[in-house]
Amino acid sequence: MSEFAGSQYLIEVIYLIASALFILSLKWMSSPATARHGIWAGELGMVLAIAGTLLHHGMDYRWIAVGLVLGSGIGIPLGMVHMTAVPQRTALSHAFGALCVTLVGTAEFYLGTQSSSKFGMSVLSMEVILGGLTFTGSLMAAGKLQEILPQRPITYKGQNLVNFLLFGIAVASAVYLVFHPEQKLFFPLIVGVSLIFGILLIIPIGGADMPTVISLLNGYAGLSAAAMGFVLKNKLLIIAGALDGSSGLILSVIMSKAMNRSFTNVLFGAFGQVQASAAGGAEAKPVHSATPEEAAAILTAANKVVIVPGYGMAVAQAQHKVRELYDILSKKGVEVRFAIHPVAGRMPGHMNVLLAEADIPYDRLIEMDEINGDFPQTDVALVIGANDVTNPAARSDHSSPIFGMPILDVDKAHTVMVIKRSMSPGFAGIDNPLYYLDNTLMLFGDAKQFVGAIVRELSGGH
Amino acid sequence: MGSNLIDLLFIFMLACFIGFEVIRHVSPLLHTPLMSLTNALDAIAVVGAIVLVGEHKSNFATVLGVIAIVAATSNVVGGFFITDRMLKMFKSSRPTKP
Repeated sequence: MSEFAGSQYLIEVIYLIASALFILSLKWMSSPATARHGIWAGELGMVLAIAGTLLHHGMDYRWIAVGLVLGSGIGIPLGMVHMTAVPQRTALSHAFGALCVTLVGTAEFYLGTQSSSKFGMSVLSMEVILGGLTFTGSLMAAGKLQEILPQRPITYKGQNLVNFLLFGIAVASAVYLVFHPEQKLFFPLIVGVSLIFGILLIIPIGGADMPTVISLLNGYAGLSAAAMGFVLKNKLLIIAGALDGSSGLILSVIMSKAMNRSFTNVLFGAFGQVQASAAGGAEAKPVHSATPEEAAAILTAANKVVIVPGYGMAVAQAQHKVRELYDILSKKGVEVRFAIHPVAGRMPGHMNVLLAEADIPYDRLIEMDEINGDFPQTDVALVIGANDVTNPAARSDHSSPIFGMPILDVDKAHTVMVIKRSMSPGFAGIDNPLYYLDNTLMLFGDAKQFVGAIVRELSGGH
Repeated sequence: MGSNLIDLLFIFMLACFIGFEVIRHVSPLLHTPLMSLTNALDAIAVVGAIVLVGEHKSNFATVLGVIAIVAATSNVVGGFFITDRMLKMFKSSRPTKP
């Protein structure tokens, strides 16, 4: 280091500037008005950091260039995916991030740079454990979201015990390796067990739990990068990893609160337990249903309409039809707002992005806590493809698996209209008493077609 | 080494606190772009891979390092790109301030 102290100092100063830019980048994300500055700050920081790193002495640039070019080639299509594919793209990029960390950790181990120090070995083990489980876990999550893998949670007896044991083996091997660094065979064992653990961790996860899980994997990816920073004594990496880690953990806490789960419940991956207690009571209770014509008439007569979107809207790709409905009702002087539940969809903020894509102004998208008080003064609550987040059983029925989960109080609106394919219960298999209320009208059909039919009715009757 | 480790832990702790404070104030509206942005920033791990490949200490390390560079760079490029696309879509119904 003393030999090249000059360039070393320069690199450190560049990293310092990049760290500041990264923090500013996240700070500017706090509001849509400044968010795009945030990207520029982040990009500038990234370019500086990579350029600074290339200043290291005695570098062989050929393979670096190959990697950068190939990576950019893969990154561009990954940045151009449809907005509906954003959850799986995000999961995939967590996997890539974790892959990078795991590979670098593995290379560092076999180069033997860390074996001399117990601390170096500990953080290196932490790096590959977190990296390994995040890599396979995120691939599994991406597969489920892309529907390559079954979305249904797969559970078996003793699942938590098996997972706990596997994780225990990984940690115990790591501890052993720290004290006996000459036992090199333990390293592939740690990596292998972590990879398997990541798969098994995500197997019991159902689609409704995805927002929490994606956030958690985001946090793990960040922490593994921070661990890599400790291994390489790279302060920029520690800072970026800590920022990403805390971001992921905050989001998973927000998501778990929105599903009334404790944080420990989330951290230790006890997902998917809700699904076990599916209600079997599907007896034919009477429901009121309505046609698009009737729905259009009710909407025209309303003053205040709140639309509640859910994953069903994303699946049916109905957001553009919903925008047409928003436009036509707004023109008729109806006040239309959107109620966004934190866990609606498959990742944090999923609904906001889809509705923004359809050009719905973001100030019309209202958070749960803000809009819940307004439902009693709302003429029509139109639920499109959302189920559990509107289930009043969460407020009143102590035996319901989702009891205590904060919900959108759509049942307090004068009229509730629910667009739904059929009466089959939602993903969690929980019956929704909302559908049997006297003020609820069921609109049976595909979300996109049904909203389209309402729009045609509204524009034709003008 | 000892003081160096403590220094790094201090940096980690402070960065975590900054992260919590800054991200607590991010509007839930932007949680999806926030996640893709942190993903792109997290791909700063590419610098570790670059040093690894550049030093070329063994063929094994270089191969792993190149794959790592590819994975991380795709996150950098894809992450910033899609975050920008998402944020461009968020429009207010009120006229935008100059």
